[in-house]
Formats: sequence, C-alpha cells, structure tokens
Amino acid sequence: MSHASLLLFIAVCALATFATRVIPFVALARQAEHPLILHLGRYLPPTVMMILVIYALRDFRPLAEGQLNASATGWPMILASLAVVLLHLWRRNPLLSIIGGTAAYMAMVQLGWSP
Amino acid sequence: MSSPNAWREAGTLTVPVMFGYLPLGAAFGILAIEVGIPVWAALLMSLAIYAGAGQFLAVALLAAGAGLVEVAVATLMLNSRHLFYGLSLLKRFQGAGWRKPYLIFSLTDETYSLLTTLPPERARDHALAFRIGLLNQAWWVLGSLAGALIGSTLAFDSRGIEFALTALFIVLTLEQARRLRQALPFVIALATGLGALLLLPDRHLLLGAIGAASLVLLAHYRRKHPSRTQESRP
Repeated sequence: MSHASLLLFIAVCALATFATRVIPFVALARQAEHPLILHLGRYLPPTVMMILVIYALRDFRPLAEGQLNASATGWPMILASLAVVLLHLWRRNPLLSIIGGTAAYMAMVQLGWSP
Repeated sequence: MSSPNAWREAGTLTVPVMFGYLPLGAAFGILAIEVGIPVWAALLMSLAIYAGAGQFLAVALLAAGAGLVEVAVATLMLNSRHLFYGLSLLKRFQGAGWRKPYLIFSLTDETYSLLTTLPPERARDHALAFRIGLLNQAWWVLGSLAGALIGSTLAFDSRGIEFALTALFIVLTLEQARRLRQALPFVIALATGLGALLLLPDRHLLLGAIGAASLVLLAHYRRKHPSRTQESRP
C-alpha cells in the first residue's frame, strides 16, 4: 500500500470518528429529546456490540458443510470467548476479562491445542 | 499557567484509564505491525483517529482491503454511540472556548465516563476536563508506540493477540446487557448477524448486518410511535 493511500485511509477513519463525536454539538442541540434519537440511543449501541461479537467469531462455522468442520482457530476462539464471559460475570473487571481471555486464546493457538 | 498540582489531580483521575489504555494501545500497535502497517502510520492513527475499537476495526478493514466508502460507513456505524455521548454533554461544554474542539475530539468511552462522574462542583471545570482528555490520549499513544516498536523489533510471538478485540466486544456487550436488561437488541443482532453470515460475502457482512438492524429498530420505533398525522385524524 502506498503512503498516499495509507494517509487517505487514516484521514477517512479520523474524519468519520470525529464526525460521530461532533455531530450532536453542531446539529442536534435542539433535538436531544426527540423520541427517535432516544430510541436509537437506547437500542443501537447494544445491537452493534452484539453484531461485532458475531462478526469477530465468524471464522467458527461448524455447520458450513453440514458437519463439525470448524477452522483451525474455531474451537480456541469459542473456548476463549467463554473464558471472557465467565471471568467478566465473576469479577466484572474489563481489563482482567480481556487479558485473561486473550492469554488463553494465544496459548491455545501457539501450542496448537484444539479439542 | 497551570500548576503542577492541577496536572497531578488530573493524573490521579486517569490512573484507571492508564491501566486500560497502555496494554490495549500496545495490543493495537502489535496488531498494526502484524498486518504490515508501518510504525509511523500506527502512531498517526492513535494521534488522529483516537478510538479503541475503531482503530482495531480500521486495522481489520485495512488488512481485508476494504474500500474507502465501506471504511467510512463502518467507522460511523461502530462509533455511532458517540452521538449520544455528545447529547448529554452539550450544556457542559458550553463556554469551553479554545479547548472545546479537543474536548469533543477526545471523547472516548473512558474519557466520557470520567468526565460524567466528576463531582458537580467540578463539572464545568473545562481546564480539568482538557487535562483528563489529554492525559488519556497520552496513555493510548504511548501504549500504541510501545506495541508498534515491540511488534517490529522483538521476536515476540504475538500470534492470537488479535483476540483482544473479540474479548473487548464481548465485555462491552455484557456491560450493555447489564445496563439495558432487555432482550430486544440482542435478538435483533442475532437475527441480522446470523442472517448476514449465511447470505452475504465476508466483506459486506458487518455493513449488511448493522444496516438491517438499524432498519428493524426504525420499524420498531414506528410501531411504538404511530405518526402524528394518523393520531390527529378525526
């Protein structure tokens, strides 16, 4: 990738990110109480988060060919995800959950271990 | 202009964020190097974009060779929650002067959390808010730089570190579920997410699922709030 297209890519990301932060301050100042804004503000973030989890786990496709044929990282992915959920329900410490799950995943992938 | 004490106060407030941003920033730096992004570009991303999940998504899209329109839409969608942070800070940032653009730029989840939990008498202290925002970004940039340098010079086996992103999203989903205590958004996400997984090619999966979910939420809103013309019909 050339420097110019990399810079363009970063500029697009930076502008899109800043846009989401600045838009309410320039455009929605008087619409803060509109019921549609409140509705989306309530339901869109959790929906997006859950979709991102599904997206992140998309390589685990046990039923793609009608049988258990998960990719090489499929089962470590699912087991590490379970570790994150359990750690988070147990201690509710985001950092602990993220580091614990990631360490478990890295260990399984690097040692080539899979059920 | 500002005393060392003022910086010490802001520094103390940002310690929990430092513990989160240094390792997560390092994970970003390592991942960026892993997919072939140069150190200067990883550093520039943390300086100019400054969004945790957003930067991980940017790396994934860059690695997948996604188009610029797709990148813009996916970034807007992922960060759409920031729209609602701004709404609750409209009044508070009034009169912040030259600091206001940076206060808005640096509004991450963590900075928002810190600013909105300040005691009421400090709530309009724009200088304090500015220091908090600046220090938080400093932790993030330092972490990214450390990660990028470790990733590019040491023979550190970082295979699998990209799972930090998956773990982050799982934690955020659990926190959202705890706050909302309603099944609706998660049912919608499962339906549209799995539907997109079955029907769409990989590179349109995220956009398709989030777009479809937004339409379902809009339909849900219109069912709950019938238009005024219908209501006022005699």
